[in-house]
Amino acid sequence: MNSIGLLLILVLYLSILFYIAYWSEKRSHSKWTNNPYIYSFSLAVYCTAWTYYGSIGVAAESGLSYLPIYLGPILIIPTWMIILKKIIRISRVNKISSIADFISLRYGNSRFLGALVTTICIVGILPYISLQLKSISDTFHIVTKTQASSNIFTDTTTYVCIALALFASYYGTKYVDASEKRRGIVTAVAMESILKLVFFLIVGIYVTYFVFDGFDDIYQKAAVLKDFDKKNTIGGITNGINWFFLCILSMFAIFLLPRQFQTAIVENNKETHIRTAIWLFPLYLLLFNLFVFPIAWGGNILFEGKGHNSDTYSLLIPQFFDNNVLTVMVFLGGFSAAISMIIVSSIALATMLSNNLLIPYGFIGSLENSSQKKNSKRIVNSRKIGIFSLIILAYAIYRIFILDYSLVSIGLVSFVVIAQLAPSFFGALFWKRGSKYGAVTGIILGFLTCFYTLLIPYAIGITKSTSLFIQEGPWGIELLKPFQLFGLDYLEPIPHAVFWSLLINILSYAAVSVSFKGNYRERNYAEMFVDIDKYITNHENAFVWKGTAYISDIQKVLQRFLGEERTKRALTIFNLKYNIDKDITTADARFIKFAENLLTGHIGTASAKILISSVVKEDKISLPEVLRILEESKENIIINKKLTDTSNELKKISEQLKNANQELVNKDIQKDEFLDTVTHELRTPITAIRAASEILHDDDDIPEELRKQFLQNIISESDRLNRLIDKILDLEKFETGKQKIYLSKNNITRTIKNTLDSLQQLVKNKKITIEFKDASKEIKAFYDEERIVQVIHNLVSNAIKFCSETDGKIVISIAENKDNIEVKIHNNGKGIKKEDFEAIFDKFYQSRNQNVKKPIGSGLGLAICKQIIEHHKGKIWAEDNVVEGATLIFTLPNYNTAENS
Amino acid sequence: MKKILIVDDEPNIVMSLEYTFKKNNFEVFIARDGQEALDILQKQLPDVIILDVMMPMVDGFATLEQIKKDERLRHCKVIFLSAKNKEKDIEKGLSLGANLYVVKPFSVKKLVDQVHELIQ
Repeated sequence: MNSIGLLLILVLYLSILFYIAYWSEKRSHSKWTNNPYIYSFSLAVYCTAWTYYGSIGVAAESGLSYLPIYLGPILIIPTWMIILKKIIRISRVNKISSIADFISLRYGNSRFLGALVTTICIVGILPYISLQLKSISDTFHIVTKTQASSNIFTDTTTYVCIALALFASYYGTKYVDASEKRRGIVTAVAMESILKLVFFLIVGIYVTYFVFDGFDDIYQKAAVLKDFDKKNTIGGITNGINWFFLCILSMFAIFLLPRQFQTAIVENNKETHIRTAIWLFPLYLLLFNLFVFPIAWGGNILFEGKGHNSDTYSLLIPQFFDNNVLTVMVFLGGFSAAISMIIVSSIALATMLSNNLLIPYGFIGSLENSSQKKNSKRIVNSRKIGIFSLIILAYAIYRIFILDYSLVSIGLVSFVVIAQLAPSFFGALFWKRGSKYGAVTGIILGFLTCFYTLLIPYAIGITKSTSLFIQEGPWGIELLKPFQLFGLDYLEPIPHAVFWSLLINILSYAAVSVSFKGNYRERNYAEMFVDIDKYITNHENAFVWKGTAYISDIQKVLQRFLGEERTKRALTIFNLKYNIDKDITTADARFIKFAENLLTGHIGTASAKILISSVVKEDKISLPEVLRILEESKENIIINKKLTDTSNELKKISEQLKNANQELVNKDIQKDEFLDTVTHELRTPITAIRAASEILHDDDDIPEELRKQFLQNIISESDRLNRLIDKILDLEKFETGKQKIYLSKNNITRTIKNTLDSLQQLVKNKKITIEFKDASKEIKAFYDEERIVQVIHNLVSNAIKFCSETDGKIVISIAENKDNIEVKIHNNGKGIKKEDFEAIFDKFYQSRNQNVKKPIGSGLGLAICKQIIEHHKGKIWAEDNVVEGATLIFTLPNYNTAENS
Repeated sequence: MKKILIVDDEPNIVMSLEYTFKKNNFEVFIARDGQEALDILQKQLPDVIILDVMMPMVDGFATLEQIKKDERLRHCKVIFLSAKNKEKDIEKGLSLGANLYVVKPFSVKKLVDQVHELIQ
């Protein structure tokens, strides 16, 4: 492949990535960019060129020892549900935008600590970025089969570097508020993560199944190579300890690396995304490691004794077989791995550099009196320059020191340096006593130890591999040998440095923290960090501050960074949140914290505190007082919560009362209506009786036949009256629960037959056929036979009443399932309107509904049926979607079920 | 001979009224609901209409509204018969233009007197 061609592919590839960033930045609220998968894949920025190429190198040279770097994260990730969530919450409420902010805020907005953390990060990460550049350069030359150029203008890496620097500084500084989410970058990084995994898997499959004949084949061929067994065992207890420390190291790295903090915490926009990440990310790591071993040993088999750099086997193998497409793919995968690390790291570092080093120590003074526009521009520019110069600096390191270390060694050194932040970082989360001096001492001593046991020997090692300093210790003092400090001789250099530096770091952090108390601010934040869940909603309440401050002064400061509009909006939100009168002129603790938060994203925690302090007069508070206030605020929060609970409860009760009252009113109206209807229904027969009696009384010369007819009318109307009264009383008994149901084992088939017999007379007068399907079925159930007879009687008489007058047909059917027995009564009359399905079971429904032809009946039949069935724990309803006529159905609990209960 | 239309869905009540009015020399027409009444009124012009209020299909109130729309029936006297004896019901009935509102149960004799009074 020639250089120009590859360069064109590179340009094309970069433009696609940049376009993805551009596209997703525009759609920063769409679900394409805000989903747990993008989040999870963006975390895979962990896998750099070191993973992509370096793991293979390690696996080829020394067997399994590439694994701990992935085992550590996989082991620790399940705890993310608790720890990462906590860190995300703390960072969200405090608008933290970097690990330097995080540590500096916890230890009392410490400016020095923020700067220290920033320095450690830059020292640790910059060579790591150089390493990525080196990998880009090396692999480019392998693919194009060219030699590295010493002229920077003809070196492709130079231009790649500049392109990256421009891209990162453009998309990385879109927002002045560094705690804002950079969807463009994150989506691009996630895409790259997918690509690098896919390309790596492709080459893995290619080597395993196309070059060789599967895992077994590689294993068999590799097993005959020199040292195979030795390289591929863990190697006893000492090596076990080495593994242990490497795992610990990578566990810390997954939390502490600036790029991990950036992707996992700063860019997290939903806590729930963690849930996906905790399975997807480990799965990603496992997949990535699947083919490391076959590629490494495949390379060893193919290139034995040829002296190739084993880091690049994944390129060399396809190239060896003249597979150009695959070679370029692998190259692009590695390129992706490298550039996503470079971009995210440089953004994270530049934010720290500006917010924790340059602004608080440099130009905070000049920011104090400028306009918002100028300030924003200045901050953004400082970050732009930061990103740019960091990448260029990394490039310089790569050019000047011509790193001839393998990818892994530099990567691990970088991990050890960053791990020095672990004690103060995790202390911040779990230990309230940890103090600023403890943190500073721990970090510095830890770093010095690491400097002595790792950085110096490595620096010397660049020129002299057999140095007296390493072999015999300084001035020949054996105990001080950097790789065997105090005679600890069974650990390899990296685990050895991890052990000593972290031991010293932790001990000094703990000892100093216990011996010297921190100031009140630290204690305050200790409380807020460790117990974040308590303060998550109203965290401003947990901030302790005393003194005199005017809202207008603070407002002026805010305006200089946020602008007038946003400041106003923020103030309104604050007043609403805490229910504060907008005319109040003095600021309280909550407002101070609120204002600091607003500034933090722009200029970092330390500078935010400095700026706010400059316009307020703060009174000193003693430590016990802080604790007392915190205790009170805690109590207040609890009392507040109780009050809210009580008030909510009262609201609920009052709501219930209101509902109950409404129900009573409704019932009252219903009762009135019922009485009205009852009166009407009673008056009608009385009217007929009265009229007939009057005629009989006054008129002596009525013909005999007519006289008899009038008397007959009186009798039938009296009966009607009586039936009505019976039914009303019946219904009343059911409704008030006075009516008892006497359950006994009965046969529903026989009950139906008996009822039908009693109705024969009624049917005879009309042209109606009644069909009882399933009359041979024997279905038994527990019920009160007298009552069910009443129900069936009622339903069948209704059916007779509403049947088609010319060709009446009634069909009765019964069915049984596990829970119920079901009786269906269908008639081919004109049917029931759907909106009346429920109303027909109301009392006197037919009388109230003026649109139904008034049939003979009390209007209480179905209401009583419903009561009876419901007292049997059954159901009664009108069936929907009946083609012709109407179907009423009732169910009774099945015999077996009823028996069981 | 005066004509009277009795509209009620209770056959026994209708029977008593029919007997009484016939005996008092009225020509009696009978309808079981409002629709039937309106059909009869197409052909007949009674002097008095006795209207039950609660009837299926077209109730008494609706029937009266229809009657009032018909110019031919302007001279008809209308008497409501109803078990609804609340003031608001009576008011509603009279406001629709009925000449009388008689509450059930009622005295047949008195009703005949009232009808006579109305048509004189």
